[in-house]
Amino acid sequence: MNTVLNFFILIPFIGFFISLFIPGKKELILSRTAFFTVGLHLIGFFVFLGFWIANDQKTLDLKDIVILKTDNYEFFIDFCFDKITAVYFFVGASLTFMVTIYSKAYLHREIGYKRFFNTILFFYLGYNIAIFAGNLETLFIGWEILGITSFLLIAFYRNRYLPVKNAIKVFSIYRIGDVGLILAMWACHHLFHGNITFLQLKNDELISHFLENPTIIGAFVALMILLTAAAKSAQLPFSSWLPRAMEGPTPSSAIFYGSLSVHLGVFLLLRTYELWEHQTSVRVVIVLLGLTTSIIASLIARVQSSVKSQIAYGSISQIGLIFIEVALGFENLALIHFAGNAFLRTYQLLVSPSIVSYLIREQFYNYKPRLHSFEDRWPKKIEYSIYLLSIKEWNLDKLMSFILWKPLKQTGKRFNFLTMNQVVYLLGPTYAMGLFCLYHDDILSPTIRHYLPIVFSLIGLIMVIKSFSERRSAFLCWTLIIMNHFWIALAISFNEHFELSDAHFYLSGIVISGIIGYIALLRLKKLEGKIDLNQFYGHVYEHPKIAFVFLLACLGLTGFPITPTFIGEDLIFSHIHENQFLLALITATAFIIDGIALVRMYARLFLGPHVKTYHDNPYKSS
Amino acid sequence: MMNTQIAPFDEHQMIHNLKHYLPAQAPLKDFIHHNTLHAFQNMHFFDAIRNASEIFGYKVALPIDEFRKMNQEGLINNKVLETVITKRQGKLALKEWQSKVVLGNYDESNLPRIGALRANWKKEFFIDLDLVIQPILFRILCSYLDQGIAIWNFPVWNKGFLASIKELEKNTYNSFFKSKRVRNLLINYDEDNSGCSIKSLLEMLVGDESLYEQYLFDQQFAHQGWSGMVSTIEDFPQTLLDTRKISMHDLIIFELLLEVDALDSKFGNGWKPLVSGLKHRPEKLFSAVPFNEFSEVMAIWQEAFEWSYYDQVLVGMKTENVNAEKMLHKSFQAMFCIDDREISLRTYLEKFDPACETYGTPGFFSVEFFFQPEHGKSYTKQCPAPVTPKFLIKEVDTIAKRETDAHFAKNSHSLFSGWLISQTLGFWSALKLFVNIFRPSMSPATAYSFRHMDKVSKLTIEYKENVPNENNLQVGFKVDEMAERVAGLLLSIGLVKDFAPIVYIVGHGSSSVNNPHYAAYDCGACSGRPGSVNARVMCYMANHPEVRKLLVTKGIVIPEETQFMGGLHDTTRDEIAFYDEGSLSIVNLAIHKRNERVFSQALDENSKERSRRFESINTHLPSAKIHAKILRRSVSLFEPRPELNHATNTLCIVGSRELSKGLFLDRRSFLNSYDYKIDPDGKLLLNIVKPLGPVCGGINLEYFFSRVDNQKLGAGTKLPHNVMGLFGVANGIDGDLRPGLPSQMIEVHDPVRLLIIIEHFPDVVLSVIQKVPETYEWFINEWVHLVALNPETKEQYLFENGEFTKYETTIDIIHSTDNIQAIIETEKENIPVYLIK
Repeated sequence: MNTVLNFFILIPFIGFFISLFIPGKKELILSRTAFFTVGLHLIGFFVFLGFWIANDQKTLDLKDIVILKTDNYEFFIDFCFDKITAVYFFVGASLTFMVTIYSKAYLHREIGYKRFFNTILFFYLGYNIAIFAGNLETLFIGWEILGITSFLLIAFYRNRYLPVKNAIKVFSIYRIGDVGLILAMWACHHLFHGNITFLQLKNDELISHFLENPTIIGAFVALMILLTAAAKSAQLPFSSWLPRAMEGPTPSSAIFYGSLSVHLGVFLLLRTYELWEHQTSVRVVIVLLGLTTSIIASLIARVQSSVKSQIAYGSISQIGLIFIEVALGFENLALIHFAGNAFLRTYQLLVSPSIVSYLIREQFYNYKPRLHSFEDRWPKKIEYSIYLLSIKEWNLDKLMSFILWKPLKQTGKRFNFLTMNQVVYLLGPTYAMGLFCLYHDDILSPTIRHYLPIVFSLIGLIMVIKSFSERRSAFLCWTLIIMNHFWIALAISFNEHFELSDAHFYLSGIVISGIIGYIALLRLKKLEGKIDLNQFYGHVYEHPKIAFVFLLACLGLTGFPITPTFIGEDLIFSHIHENQFLLALITATAFIIDGIALVRMYARLFLGPHVKTYHDNPYKSS
Repeated sequence: MMNTQIAPFDEHQMIHNLKHYLPAQAPLKDFIHHNTLHAFQNMHFFDAIRNASEIFGYKVALPIDEFRKMNQEGLINNKVLETVITKRQGKLALKEWQSKVVLGNYDESNLPRIGALRANWKKEFFIDLDLVIQPILFRILCSYLDQGIAIWNFPVWNKGFLASIKELEKNTYNSFFKSKRVRNLLINYDEDNSGCSIKSLLEMLVGDESLYEQYLFDQQFAHQGWSGMVSTIEDFPQTLLDTRKISMHDLIIFELLLEVDALDSKFGNGWKPLVSGLKHRPEKLFSAVPFNEFSEVMAIWQEAFEWSYYDQVLVGMKTENVNAEKMLHKSFQAMFCIDDREISLRTYLEKFDPACETYGTPGFFSVEFFFQPEHGKSYTKQCPAPVTPKFLIKEVDTIAKRETDAHFAKNSHSLFSGWLISQTLGFWSALKLFVNIFRPSMSPATAYSFRHMDKVSKLTIEYKENVPNENNLQVGFKVDEMAERVAGLLLSIGLVKDFAPIVYIVGHGSSSVNNPHYAAYDCGACSGRPGSVNARVMCYMANHPEVRKLLVTKGIVIPEETQFMGGLHDTTRDEIAFYDEGSLSIVNLAIHKRNERVFSQALDENSKERSRRFESINTHLPSAKIHAKILRRSVSLFEPRPELNHATNTLCIVGSRELSKGLFLDRRSFLNSYDYKIDPDGKLLLNIVKPLGPVCGGINLEYFFSRVDNQKLGAGTKLPHNVMGLFGVANGIDGDLRPGLPSQMIEVHDPVRLLIIIEHFPDVVLSVIQKVPETYEWFINEWVHLVALNPETKEQYLFENGEFTKYETTIDIIHSTDNIQAIIETEKENIPVYLIK
């Protein structure tokens, strides 16, 4: 029975794969493909569910493919199935099924019809990998797919400014979540000495023993998971991304940001419940976080005067309550609440354009001069202050830019003096020296050996930060990102047991993607004359193929699961020692910024209002 | 045109100029089509679009490649192209211009003048003011103007925008601003305080009086959607049910304060005004826009495109073969709106009952009033927008109940009720969504034309002496007022004798769901509402015995057995409802029963003809099956094109029905019935011609401009639209409002100006159009084309440069067919004009 789980991943994968090769003009075939993929999936699920219920509803676990195995490291794909997966599957599949039918007619004649269905199916694949995942590594694959498809769906109207700007914003916050997950995985490796499955968390006595005695590292794992969950589920302080994600066609906003994507944080908490259930302090933190979020989000929802942002904040406040339910151990209640909230918000978003005729008619018959709200009873100064604060979304959006964008930009600016030549002539020899030290580490004193990795990883971090704020040269930006990975590899190489083959494994994907991306940039430069990153250029309008190739290269470079670099990333972390917290943090930070810098670069070159104005171009304010 | 560059800065004049150019679209519920470039209407069409394009950066024609492609495909006739070039450039230059037009290389990109001055903040000072200011500015504006989305409303609302902001700012621990200085400026603001006037703030920001006006144009056109809405609400506060006081002046002050605040928080107090960093002065916004070759090439293409179509129509009118001898006995007569969507229905009625007669007239049927539905808390206007009626018609004795839908209830967004609702109603939504996707059906969310007035209700049409006026409106009409209107209507369409036993007066409306632009689909002559009430009111008047007596004195004798009967045609669903059937005589009731079958047959066929444009429907199916699919389509949540509304409109024919009876016009023409014989000096014609510009021309030009620049002059695709405060739509949550039409409404539209054809002697038509300057502007500046048909010689006269000259078509033969049905079933694109054999 376990092997059946493969099919739940295989079906969306095949559907997605086929959809890539259908010509964009064939609307019917595209929508049919999506319809049959999700339809078949849903039917298969009901049959499977029947058997599963008949067979005592035991948690199933399938250790699938071992992708890499060394003496002390094993990377394997693992799937599991239990009640949580069942509920998430039911909600996800039935909503996606209905939305594919809905979109078939709704998107008729829209530029990007094919892109829409490709992305939906890719998203669906990622969603299924995430909910069927049996270990953190597999979950992470799904997580990465969800992140990138979200970016693509928010920036669906890619030649307007706001969707692109907001897509980058949302992606950046997702990226923070990703790093929480990477660090949690790192800490788990050390906690359990290897990759473990979610099933083991429940049953394995040895592991249970670890969990029942909270340690600092255990608390660290829990908090990292909470960080990831909070980012994904738009809890404080990340909430402001959700309303800003409502830029795509209404049905995509409805299923992703109204329901599926935004509830995955809850899923992560449910899935990892055993990891933190014995840590009372963590549970208190979750309850407090959920409570504050739900109160503040519902205050913000009350003042929203646009229908989609109102639904978004309404949904966030309910998810805050679901967090509380999970933390208190009411798993079933949380699952029911999740399903109800997901269905409700999807439907509300789908019918949101009707609100004009409906409410205007209501108002026409029931108009009362002014509705009083309970806030009117508060002292005036408090009422006005909270109102104004809520209009400003409690400054959450500003806070994000204050803690994320500003420091990055300012640090990057300090390295403005770096040019391509300096990077090559100054850092090239330094790197050579580093390599030399690596092969002759016996001449180094232990203190130096201890600090060298940190120094090298710091150089890597500086590379990406500089690349993030680089505006003049796209080539420099690209090179810096590639170099960051080399510095990381060098830094980790100082740790024992790290074999050269591991580094090769990691860097192989980087090199290939790096070269492909560089060629794409050269081609673009040949066609367009100059390419800098001073503004959004929207070159996808004329060069969609270069844009696509470059996007793939970017994905390869961010460690997206299409090259070995993805596993390499996990591998790298497995070599960072338990006591090298600083090294782990620097490396993880470099990974986040690396992703953001790449997406920023892709967006600036290829997305946004087209720089050429021979065709109709939207206003920047739209 | 404007000499403000030299004159000192005059705030009132500046605001006046600004409002002139801003979009003039009313809130969604009052959506009325108008010329998008109304501000340029005092210029000749081609001068206007050249100016608009250079100054504001609008695209004003199809891309040149698209024209060339249509030329290759034969849609733009080569002979017509030659004629146009010869006419514009002379015979000698024909070859030269032909090669320019067909082969010339032109750069179509443009850098508009608007925005160039204010762009220097970014260029020279590295600050993007819009990015900082706009999100919060839009949110505050939306919250202040909100008509009922928010649960917790703007706490201060009855004092005017700036005063409310000030009141809020004074009583808060928080602030709109970061800078103390700006906060103090606002708190100390009052009307006469010169420390915080537009001028003093501009002095701080810009620093050179000659640039003030241009700066404010730049600033307001950076978000023309919101500014246009504010300007419209300032002029017509009653357009919001929950009225708000707001003015451009307040908006500008607040935005200038936000700008100062943004600069303060970035640079501290030490920053210098914009002029200090200005390297060179940008081109003045309204200085003369020179001619250029490219705009001439585009003008040639535009005219060639237009005349390739017009010529077909004019040839058709010359050659069509209509059986002119009228049947003596009329089975019934039916009046419809002049709307281009009614032409096909009328054709089918005439086909299935050759003894019937149909008429077209503006869909308010010459009765103007406010309508108050029973339990309604306010009035809706039932006449063209510029008219202000003095009458009120109230609906009484309704039985229909309004249904509600809990999904729109706001408490689902609150914390605790949301907790309960999401776990209960949430599952209900899943089911509802499922049902809605597989079996779409009517719901409370649908905008349904027949809901406008309850079918069985009664109306207070007749004035009663003991009923006092309400809000200065007389409740109902007096007998002489009725007679005047009935006579006006009948004379204008030329129906003064040979009355059939039943005369139908059929208004129109539409139904759709998930469509914030629903009001644009209803009857424009009824201010964007269904015309059912007007139809009923007019019929009551025409049936009134006292009125008929008065009509006799005016020379109109309606036989006693003739009865008028009101109806409503739903143009989306192709359904019709008749009102007051109980008042028919027994004989007429039997006739009506027979007619109803004709109507129903015609409606089925009509839906079949419409379906050729719909991807989801196979036009080869039998018409009844297609009709069922059309009904389903109209209530589908996921159908962004419930109907195509006025798309493809290009013609307006004023005259007898026989003028167009022998032609297949593919639902592209407005038809206004008119009989020149009873109006030798054009008195009646004047009243017909006056609204043609603003109504039909307005519709045509709004489609035109939304089609050629859907991003800047239209609303873009409607799929990501987010409803703002119930009065507008924007993309996402932080975007500017999007006036104009969404791409789904205009994608099949050919941007061709309206050709008005009037059946009367050219000299009469000339004297009529010259009577009112605003009307004449439409024709002399060629925002619409005008042809007069000499009713006796059938010669065609084109109005150009202020006079009518005899027009000879370039094309001399058009398609003809005896089986138009076959063409309808197979062709999905625009169908050329066909002669019906």
